Amino acid sequence: MIPAQFDYVKPSSLEEAVRALASDEDAKVIAGGQSLLPLLRLRFAYPSVLVDLAGLDALRSVTDNGSSIEIGALVTHYELTRDPLIAAHAGLLTEAAGTIADPAVRHRGTIGGALSHGDAAGDLPAVVTALDADLVITGPSGSRVLKPGDFFSDYLTTALAPDEILTAIRVPKLSGWGYAYEKFNVTAQAWAIVGVAAAVRRENGQVAEARVGLTNMGSVPVRASAAEAAAAGADASPAALAAAGARADEGTNPPEDLRAAADYRRHLARVLTGRALTAAAGLS
Amino acid sequence: MRISVTVDGVRYDDDVEPRLLLVHYLREHAGRTGTPIGCDTSNCGACTIALNGRSVKSCSVLAVQADGADITTIQGLANGELHPMQRAFHEEHALQCGYCTPGMIMAATDLLKDNPDPTEEQVREGLEGNLCRCTGYQNIVKAVLKAAQGVKA
Repeated sequence: MIPAQFDYVKPSSLEEAVRALASDEDAKVIAGGQSLLPLLRLRFAYPSVLVDLAGLDALRSVTDNGSSIEIGALVTHYELTRDPLIAAHAGLLTEAAGTIADPAVRHRGTIGGALSHGDAAGDLPAVVTALDADLVITGPSGSRVLKPGDFFSDYLTTALAPDEILTAIRVPKLSGWGYAYEKFNVTAQAWAIVGVAAAVRRENGQVAEARVGLTNMGSVPVRASAAEAAAAGADASPAALAAAGARADEGTNPPEDLRAAADYRRHLARVLTGRALTAAAGLS
Repeated sequence: MRISVTVDGVRYDDDVEPRLLLVHYLREHAGRTGTPIGCDTSNCGACTIALNGRSVKSCSVLAVQADGADITTIQGLANGELHPMQRAFHEEHALQCGYCTPGMIMAATDLLKDNPDPTEEQVREGLEGNLCRCTGYQNIVKAVLKAAQGVKA
């Protein structure tokens, strides 16, 4: 289980990193490597050169941008669970990051890496989808910003060009919102069979707004739009939110694999969305 | 590629291939065969070490990524006498075959850094990345709780 040969460069600036990617079409970015290294060892991936972002300290910071929090792509899952700014304004990320894999993996894995890997079974893609975060991308011709719906394009595929790097994630502050991440798996450190990221804003005993992102319910992370619409304006009660959750699988096309049939995933999405909305509304 | 790392307090300078995994570097270049290779798929945690003070699975890190790092393996934990976690594993008989033990101990010491007084559930959660196929975890959990008591006292 030794990877095939590759070259390795560790640029000290973002420009240098983009140039290294642009100069070799088989180059690949490595950050924490917790998704890429298993792929290299299984020889599912054969990059010619790894461009290690670890020298780009500017991508490690978390900053308050007023209406949003900007999270550098190299912030680790462990740091997501410990950062006070993220806990205060984007607690859904704090909660979901704490469920990723196990502590040792969380020490290495990064938010930018997890999103760029584009695994719809990963936890953070559904969270940034629910939060409608801005994904900041840098390439040879400058920067651009994509919404999650445009960033994730298919199984393990994103809109990133081979010479582009996801550099930061801007998460809008949700003041006064409750949130919850419900993850269902049957063994420790496993991927979610289905996960639900929910955020809820209550007003006068009712749900004013709800956002729901689904993990592993399609080739990309998806919003449960029908459940969101059903929750908005509903009574803030477990029964009303369970009823809204029962619409979570509408419009989804969940995968079928050895761990779960598609119908079972639909069932899980409905039940877990009810639970996540109820918890996010502060009712459980 | 040239790398410099400090392993258990000793500095090493070596030329390595970029594809060399850190666990292979530690075992074959630095002689730290106390760190075993278990599943080789980053599931089992047997190869867990401390990289700059935090637990990582050394089968999932390239040696070149560790350039400049300070590494502690199971062999660097004892300081004249057994580390309290090693002693607790010994006293609670927290092993049978012993294969997972180096990784368990490294993960457990890291767990107590963040949470010096964990509940039983927190210990079980904190060790979720480390698999033991012999003990059913019972004595491992007891050992970590005992070590935590010792650290507090």
